[in-house]
Amino acid sequence: MAYPAGFKYTKDHEWIELTGDNGKVGITDYAQQQLGDVVYVELPEIGAKLKQGQSFGTIESVKAVSELYSPVTGEVVEVNTALRDKPETVNKDPHASWMVVIKLSSPGEAGALLDATQYQDLVK
Amino acid sequence: MEQATETPLKKTALNARHRASGAKMVPFSGWDMPVEYSGIVLEHNAVRTRAGVFDVSHMGEIEIAGKDALAAVQRISSNDASKLQVGQAQYSGLLTPQGTFVDDLLVYRLGPAHFLLVVNAGNIAKDYGWMAEQIKGVGDAVAVDSSSRYALIALQGPEAVNVLQPLTGVDLAGMKYYWFGHGEVANVRATVSRTGYTGEDGFEIFVPPQSADKVWQAILESGTAAEVIPCGLGARDTLRLEAGMRLHGNDIDETTTAVEADLNWIVGWKKDDFIGAAALREQKANGAARKIVGFEVLDRGIARHGYDAYVGDVKAGVVTSGTQTPYLKKAIGMAYLPIAHTAPGSEFDVDIRGRRTLARVVPMPFYKRSR
Repeated sequence: MAYPAGFKYTKDHEWIELTGDNGKVGITDYAQQQLGDVVYVELPEIGAKLKQGQSFGTIESVKAVSELYSPVTGEVVEVNTALRDKPETVNKDPHASWMVVIKLSSPGEAGALLDATQYQDLVK
Repeated sequence: MEQATETPLKKTALNARHRASGAKMVPFSGWDMPVEYSGIVLEHNAVRTRAGVFDVSHMGEIEIAGKDALAAVQRISSNDASKLQVGQAQYSGLLTPQGTFVDDLLVYRLGPAHFLLVVNAGNIAKDYGWMAEQIKGVGDAVAVDSSSRYALIALQGPEAVNVLQPLTGVDLAGMKYYWFGHGEVANVRATVSRTGYTGEDGFEIFVPPQSADKVWQAILESGTAAEVIPCGLGARDTLRLEAGMRLHGNDIDETTTAVEADLNWIVGWKKDDFIGAAALREQKANGAARKIVGFEVLDRGIARHGYDAYVGDVKAGVVTSGTQTPYLKKAIGMAYLPIAHTAPGSEFDVDIRGRRTLARVVPMPFYKRSR
């Protein structure tokens, strides 16, 4: 699966798609492959304040629990509640299965994240 | 379950097949094993609705033979092996004098004075040492670790008979649950038993390691129409949990007795003496303080191995197994709780990473096949 060129990526295998000062956040195809079948996603409330690298939720496969880490500092302004009932969409379409939208408080942070080529190198 | 990096992992005879087939491999009890092929959910549901094939060659085989073999098995194994006819098998416990589990095992009666004990992969050396020591005084009986002589393939699911029968002259339809027979499978010398660790109908097939790949491929080919798929240890674990089967190292170990594990049915109460008998009889007479239960999580969340259980504000026990089950689509598990809270319907909390989550005791098994 290709990694969208417009996204930024973290070494913890999250992606962020920026639109202005807002960023949609999800996990990468590599991450979902490593996890296996996703059966549970726990996400924060709207309004939650996050620091870059801070856990904003958990994702569980049949076998294991993993933390979700925020790629940026900011505030949660939207939560994808559809994932509660359809967590398996993270496996089927990881790069469209966004989890939260974060309003960035320091937009400069995103610039230092990995681009698609750098991320591809990291996981190959 | 981290492995020491300097210890090379052991490989089953099917290791190359797993790797060539793209299975996801993990270290398990010192072995390099497939955890999943096409995904745990897919594999789990294939076994519930059609059939799946598992490499369980990492399991150990210990044989006990000699004139006094029955007496030796009766001493070390909790169940009553005198009830076994030749060609029959039983589930049992290898217990300490305290009635706790060194291991759990299947006891096969190969001959009047010849038994095959199938034990967990991580316990082979420990079990063999324990058995050899404990049968010393029994008389004419010797224990031999013959694990390297067997590969073990499990074919599990409602289609198992239909898939395996064309490959063997052994009468499978006529074979009762927990019986076995000898013959050939795909022209390979084999022992076939109607046993398994999934809660489905199925077979476990003992073959020489050098022929394991031939048998594995023949089963998959015979199962093409039924869409039989190879499965890994991940699905094996979720399947056995739905079926309410204990896992040694999780649900039973050297700190839990057979009575606490609610496994009274594998204790030969009418036998003379056996290791653990006095402790178990005492506990049965006076009542155990705690017992294992099956539970369902009522709130959102998945309770997992090692999570604490609370009754009110008091830490009352611990979850020993737990997952989101692929077939029943519920978060289920097993936990030890104080005896007063073990009745079906009793509610308690599980501490899921800092959050108290409501759970309810339910009867096991969670899943029982129809027929």
